[in-house]
Amino acid sequence: MRFFAKFSELDSALIPKGVKRCSFQCFLVWIGILHIPLMVGVVATLMCWGLALNVTYLNNNFPFGLWIAADLGVIALGAGAFFTGFLRYIVKIDELKNIVNFAVVVGVICYAAAQGILGVDIGQPLRGWFIFWHANVHSMLTEVAFCITCYFMVLCIEYFPLILENRRIYKFGFPHGVAHHLHETMPTIAAIGVFLSFFHQGSLGGVPGVLYGRPFAFREGFLVWPWTFFLFILSAIACGPCFTILITWITEKFARKRLVKRNVIDILAKISGRMLALYLILKTIDTLYWVKVAGDVGSPFRSFYANQPYGYWVLVMELGILGVIPAIILLSTKARQNENLLILACLLNCAGIFMNRWIMTVQTLAVPVMSFDKFISYHPNWVEYASTLLWLWLGAIFISLTYRYLPIFPQEKELNPY
Amino acid sequence: MKEVHHKGHGNEHHKGHGRTYKYGMVIDLDKCTGCGACMVACMAENNLPFRKDNTNDRLTQNFWMRVYKISNGRPFPDSEICYIPRPCQHCEGYDHHHHTPCVSVCPATATDYSHETGIVSQIYTRCFGCRYCMAACPYHVRVFNWWDPKWPKGMNKYLNPDVSVRMRGVVEKCSFCYHRLQRARNKAYVEGRREVHEDEYQTACTQACPAGAVTFGDLINPKHKVYKLKDSPYAFRLLEKLGTNPKVYYVSTKDWVRKAGKVFLGNEGRG
Repeated sequence: MRFFAKFSELDSALIPKGVKRCSFQCFLVWIGILHIPLMVGVVATLMCWGLALNVTYLNNNFPFGLWIAADLGVIALGAGAFFTGFLRYIVKIDELKNIVNFAVVVGVICYAAAQGILGVDIGQPLRGWFIFWHANVHSMLTEVAFCITCYFMVLCIEYFPLILENRRIYKFGFPHGVAHHLHETMPTIAAIGVFLSFFHQGSLGGVPGVLYGRPFAFREGFLVWPWTFFLFILSAIACGPCFTILITWITEKFARKRLVKRNVIDILAKISGRMLALYLILKTIDTLYWVKVAGDVGSPFRSFYANQPYGYWVLVMELGILGVIPAIILLSTKARQNENLLILACLLNCAGIFMNRWIMTVQTLAVPVMSFDKFISYHPNWVEYASTLLWLWLGAIFISLTYRYLPIFPQEKELNPY
Repeated sequence: MKEVHHKGHGNEHHKGHGRTYKYGMVIDLDKCTGCGACMVACMAENNLPFRKDNTNDRLTQNFWMRVYKISNGRPFPDSEICYIPRPCQHCEGYDHHHHTPCVSVCPATATDYSHETGIVSQIYTRCFGCRYCMAACPYHVRVFNWWDPKWPKGMNKYLNPDVSVRMRGVVEKCSFCYHRLQRARNKAYVEGRREVHEDEYQTACTQACPAGAVTFGDLINPKHKVYKLKDSPYAFRLLEKLGTNPKVYYVSTKDWVRKAGKVFLGNEGRG
């Protein structure tokens, strides 16, 4: 009991001044609850490493499945970090300083998840470093690996000053100085992050776009970059801020208080809406051009949607329900200010991006290319779901710890005086 | 997209510093009976593992040579079937792509297109199993080792010592029995020759085919049988329009077979 009291005392000492947090017991229960599904994910991951990938529903027809789609998806959702940093430090939208820290936290989780999931997905995880050592400069995946690793380091550097700003650490001179200097160099770090992010978001688009043996995914393009390279950058920029808004909203619901002012959220939502609208226009042009080009190589448009579950509804869902509807909501000032509509738009936008990444990877493999190929469908099994969702639970724990001990919401005190 | 690339040019044979070859295959579909001897020979020659009760598992059982059965979809008495043996197509890629679909995507340079032999190789010990090459190949040629390789007790004594067994978690594919080329080259070297004769280097599937449907050789050497066979008016290659530029040719006098092989028809899933 005395031991517990000691920890409780330490916990109180670490909580930022002037803000209220739940009791230590309550926090422990919450973290304990999160560990239940997390353990299921750990077991699934260990099964993949220990028993090989035959424990999944992946097969020779579907070498890519949920893991790759999730990888591409979380990296797009994590784009809120670099884009908010870009708007805050380079475009100089000052209000965004109130959410940029949290965007970095979300970014760290997303990029850690992408690398963690890839570590399970590859057949020989101990050889993962071959991608750097024997790098093939012509492969889009090489570019992705290099840029993601470098950008993850950038995110860690961006997150580091937040740790140093913890009440107990900040009072010492050296960490205080380091945090101060890191804050001063943040525009440069943000610029490096933007540069790296543009490349890896684009390269992820290039991953399916260069597959000229798969007419469903293949796109022509500019120099060595297929059009999907540019579309992936734009779609990530369009959905990243929405994901940051969504996670902020969820955190507010759990914390039972406002953490960020509405005008800050509104700026992100408005920019996200404009980017989404631009993306939808370009995506529509790309789709129309793709119909023509694919037809020229003997793959009529109808053949791509001839087999359920990948019928025409996929197009309607991706571009219409999960594209046009959130774009309209986010572009309308009145709709945006309605919190329920705003959250609905963010949800639809994020789901649309995930669906796009699934289509560009899994549907690409499902569409038969040889005329005598049989259509085969794929759905993930529990091992794939659990090892992917593992990162959701880890992310929740990471946010809980960060929110409890670090001053990540500068407006919290002002919005919740006590 | 460009039309057929390999069609006989003897002068290509002496390009570059050394002698270049373009090993390829011509498969006469009118002769193929679908017996599967090529598949069995390939598995035995290349040490492909198999699992109990896995005969009908086309999704995780690995084949380097796979025989597809196709039909013209017409009712009796017009019904016709055809068997299509499918080894690796050893694609060269056309000029504007400059690459084999699976080779350029590999992030760890674990696969390579040899401009000396025209063979697409796979380095098993360098592959880390990302499977991007599998996604890039429209022919489903590349397969992944989902399990650790195991053979029934005693059968490991019959493994081919010239071919390494592959560990779980890596991708593998047909190599046109490259180890046989190495053996033939060694023999030629010992005998003081620089040229490997046509009959000295033949793949296991070619030799196993009881109907003589598979012919293997150098596509740009006028002395080899494949040189003429590939120029048949009935010759075609799978998915020619995509620009993969494969080195496996098929011959069929049946129009519907040629159509089914060349292009994507668009009526899949409609029975």
